[in-house]
Amino acid sequence: MPGSPKSAKSRSLNRRELLKLSPLLVVGAFAIPRVRDPLLTAGVSFTDWASAKWFRRNHLAPTFADSELTPLDKFYVNTYDVDDPDVDLEKWTLIVSGDVKRPGQYTLAQIQSLPKLTQNTRHICVEGWDVIGRFGGVRIFDFLQYVGAKPDAKFLHVECADDYYESLDMASALHPQSLLCYEMYDQPLTRVHGAPLRLRVPTKIGYKQAKYLTSLRVTDVVPKPGYWEDQGYPAYYGM
Amino acid sequence: MTASDSTPVPIATVEAGETHLRTAYEHPWAVRFCHWLNTVSLLVMAASGLQIFRAFPSFGPKIPQHDLLNVPRSLTLGGWLGGALQWHMTFAWIYVATGVFYIAYQVLSRNYRQPLFVRKDVAGVWPMIRHYFFFGRKPAQIEVYNPLQKMAYTSAILLGLLSVLTGIVLYNSVQFSLLATLMGGFHWARVWHFCILCALLLFVLGHLIMVILHGWNNFTSMLTGWKRNPEYLP
Repeated sequence: MPGSPKSAKSRSLNRRELLKLSPLLVVGAFAIPRVRDPLLTAGVSFTDWASAKWFRRNHLAPTFADSELTPLDKFYVNTYDVDDPDVDLEKWTLIVSGDVKRPGQYTLAQIQSLPKLTQNTRHICVEGWDVIGRFGGVRIFDFLQYVGAKPDAKFLHVECADDYYESLDMASALHPQSLLCYEMYDQPLTRVHGAPLRLRVPTKIGYKQAKYLTSLRVTDVVPKPGYWEDQGYPAYYGM
Repeated sequence: MTASDSTPVPIATVEAGETHLRTAYEHPWAVRFCHWLNTVSLLVMAASGLQIFRAFPSFGPKIPQHDLLNVPRSLTLGGWLGGALQWHMTFAWIYVATGVFYIAYQVLSRNYRQPLFVRKDVAGVWPMIRHYFFFGRKPAQIEVYNPLQKMAYTSAILLGLLSVLTGIVLYNSVQFSLLATLMGGFHWARVWHFCILCALLLFVLGHLIMVILHGWNNFTSMLTGWKRNPEYLP
């Protein structure tokens, strides 16, 4: 009944009900670039925070039988600029610095003198593919004790021969399966897989498994958490 | 079946003193709010998810890689994998919060009886399908939603729940290793996550077709809550 008083009343009622949905316009903030970018950064930080809260130090990543391994030649090699940064394996040392009692240069033989752990774990790439690999090395936990790292330091920051860099929160670094890895498939690391030393942390996503390590720093602050993180990837990305 | 058999019939309030206008309040504010907020977050999650899928559009091995499909860029959000991850990880929280708020509201207000598909609705599903697809006689509409609608809405909520659970496994397959095992591992969780997206998109397609077929009043009722001349009113 257009024009009748009743219909006018019903129109104003409808308007009122529609206005009640106006809080939804807040979502429109995501359409304004200057507002959107900090919001998305906050969203990722919140996800990282929640993931770190959920992390259980002694909850082990699944391990797999040798029959479930992805063959080494089917283990995809992901690098950000070069496959082989030409590390001089003869002269290589790991430079350890930061909050440690015994900073300095450590040889591969010194690292290999610590107890060795070999395990088959799943490596997951942020792109979505996954492989099961066999990794051998020393526990980061053992190595940090060896160099006398400050027990309550917050981060481990590593730099690589190909200018890649990464960092781990200390809880993940000290996880019993987190390795300074020097062997894959019971052989010394090949150059494309990060010879002579790489990170292998089964509770982290693939881009955090830095290769061709050259230096390791124990620290409370990491101004630049990692190469990909600085392009916008989540800094924590725990699994 | 008579109207008195089904307690919540119709779960809508007829506006007092305006009976001749035959309007009914079908959708409380909370339901409408969740509906439109979820419309946005579902679109963002789907589009950013497709961008993430573009990074490895396959469910097979990485070597050799056989792409399943090439998602057109126009359907994606975020521009690249890192950008899409930011959208996905931000709106995941909005998506989950909306779902939690919606379910809490529906349970506490007892309004869940309006869309929830229950045993007594089973018998009514086939007559509705026969009506829609095989020119069957239209069953009498006695509630706000017919049995087929209830089935669709209840399935959509379950799909939403599954999309979150599979997504949690994709993000964090170690801490949620039990959930991962239930889904057949990380690899299968990724397959399920994608299948759930397809099912949700099918729901949205069917939903849009039905809204268009049922006209403007049907659409505006989700904006104002009020439906003019609903079929179930005398």
